[in-house]
Amino acid sequence: MKRKKRSVVEYVLFLLPMCTLFIIISLVPFLEGIRLSFRDWNGVSSTSNFVGLQNYITIFKDKDFGRACLFSLKFVICSVILVNVIGLALALAVNSKLKTKNVLRTVFFLPQLIGGLVVGYIWKFIFSNVFPKMAESLHLSFLDVGWFTSPAYAFIALLIVFVWQYSGYLMIIYVAALQNVPKELIESSKIDGTDNFQRLRMIILPLIRNSVTICIFLSISTAFKMYDLNVSLTGGAPFNSTVSATFYIYREAFKGNRFSYAAAEGILFALALGVVTLLQMKLTSQKEE
Amino acid sequence: MKTKTRISFGIFTWIIAIIYISPLYFVISNALKGYEQVTIDPVSFPNPIIWKNFIEAWNGMGYIRAFVNTLIITAGSIVGIILVCSLGSYMLVRRYHPISNMIYMLIISMMFVPFQAMMIPLVKVSSALHLNNNLPGEIIIYIGCGIPMAMFLFYGFIKNIPYELEEAAMIDGAGTWRIFTQIVFPLLKSITVTVAILDMLWIWNDFLLPVITISKESMRTLTLSYYFYFGEYVNQWHLALSAVILSIVPAIVFYFFGQKYIIEGIVAGAVKG
Repeated sequence: MKRKKRSVVEYVLFLLPMCTLFIIISLVPFLEGIRLSFRDWNGVSSTSNFVGLQNYITIFKDKDFGRACLFSLKFVICSVILVNVIGLALALAVNSKLKTKNVLRTVFFLPQLIGGLVVGYIWKFIFSNVFPKMAESLHLSFLDVGWFTSPAYAFIALLIVFVWQYSGYLMIIYVAALQNVPKELIESSKIDGTDNFQRLRMIILPLIRNSVTICIFLSISTAFKMYDLNVSLTGGAPFNSTVSATFYIYREAFKGNRFSYAAAEGILFALALGVVTLLQMKLTSQKEE
Repeated sequence: MKTKTRISFGIFTWIIAIIYISPLYFVISNALKGYEQVTIDPVSFPNPIIWKNFIEAWNGMGYIRAFVNTLIITAGSIVGIILVCSLGSYMLVRRYHPISNMIYMLIISMMFVPFQAMMIPLVKVSSALHLNNNLPGEIIIYIGCGIPMAMFLFYGFIKNIPYELEEAAMIDGAGTWRIFTQIVFPLLKSITVTVAILDMLWIWNDFLLPVITISKESMRTLTLSYYFYFGEYVNQWHLALSAVILSIVPAIVFYFFGQKYIIEGIVAGAVKG
């Protein structure tokens, strides 16, 4: 009896710090967010009223939020494809017998060490100062297109920077996967006379399928949550055409003081991300069978 | 033929590498120029080299203070996350399964909730608890946000540790606390490193959480003070870029010392996540 009691006390003591902090910092805010999304709190006043589904109804009529979501979706699709293809290509390059493997790996990984905010400012300088100058002196007119004055180019600029920053991270994961591909298989396929591309498609890709799944999962959620890069690189310019969903939610809440409304958007955003993630897991697990 | 393709492949890889690294050239060279030279020619080498940009950026950013704040917050949060989650996960794996599983599922499910869905009420909760604008408060918030992923990693790892070791210690009369600190925790070394690395990459450069919870100038982190510095000196690129260098140097230095662990940490985190 005494022992049982002691065991329970231990259990509670070991779990207490983790559960308390989890409840205060994660669970309560999340539930409070759901509650707020049905009210009309402005972030300042001490009172708020129950408004039912009003916030959610407004969201579906809000063209700007719709546009931000569409932008995020477009961005996620393009960047996930690009960042995975390039990440894998870098991994293949680094993994081959180049003597300078370590140096190359460091070079490709370096952008990941810089935070998204600073990365955005660095590239803002490059797009708006360096590229025009290079275009002028090297006669490369495609470099000077007014990157932040056209929505299409601003979108491409964000893609370029995101890929520059994130592909090195995926490269690390892909390199680890490639190292687990048995060398004998590659050798024997060479003897059978396959070319590089066939080998990649028929042997390497099926063997690293798990890592591909993980990398797609990681890149989807990173691209969806992209925020600081958006703030510093384009700031939404031109004409709010490059405002991602996360940036929009932040602005609604902290600049527009529409906290309840933004909370409802946050809940919808979480649902959307959940659905996309589930879909992806379902799709890739089907392939694995 | 074969060596030829290999050489051209090598050259191609190096061209890509140079493209990847070239932004840093523009950052460094323009950080060493004067205002006018940056405007006239951002591509050329700096001539003359102007070092005092760094001093100006250093003072303007309040560098030392921001650096120390970031260091305290990052280190404190990582230590906290590791302590709290290793203790908690250990009990969740070893005891009272129905209820432990429920707690596990509840915490795990928050991994799928993006920060944006809870950040607004989080500010409300944290200001009610006086966690905003002070370092211990920031640390507590980061620990809370980091729990789901860290617990997930620890839980998966502890599950694969054979129970016989602990049983033997128990028969020898060791208490739970002793078993944990002397047998279990040392076995967690590799996963602890993984958690530390992943959290460090996240917290050190994080912007969203500081920007919503820190409003006092003296509490700013590196990223935050860079953000405000840049806002003040828009288009003064020679200063803005000096500040860029100052803010990325610590992470790069750390990378060169902990390269091996960082690479392993990312891989382990991805495979287990």
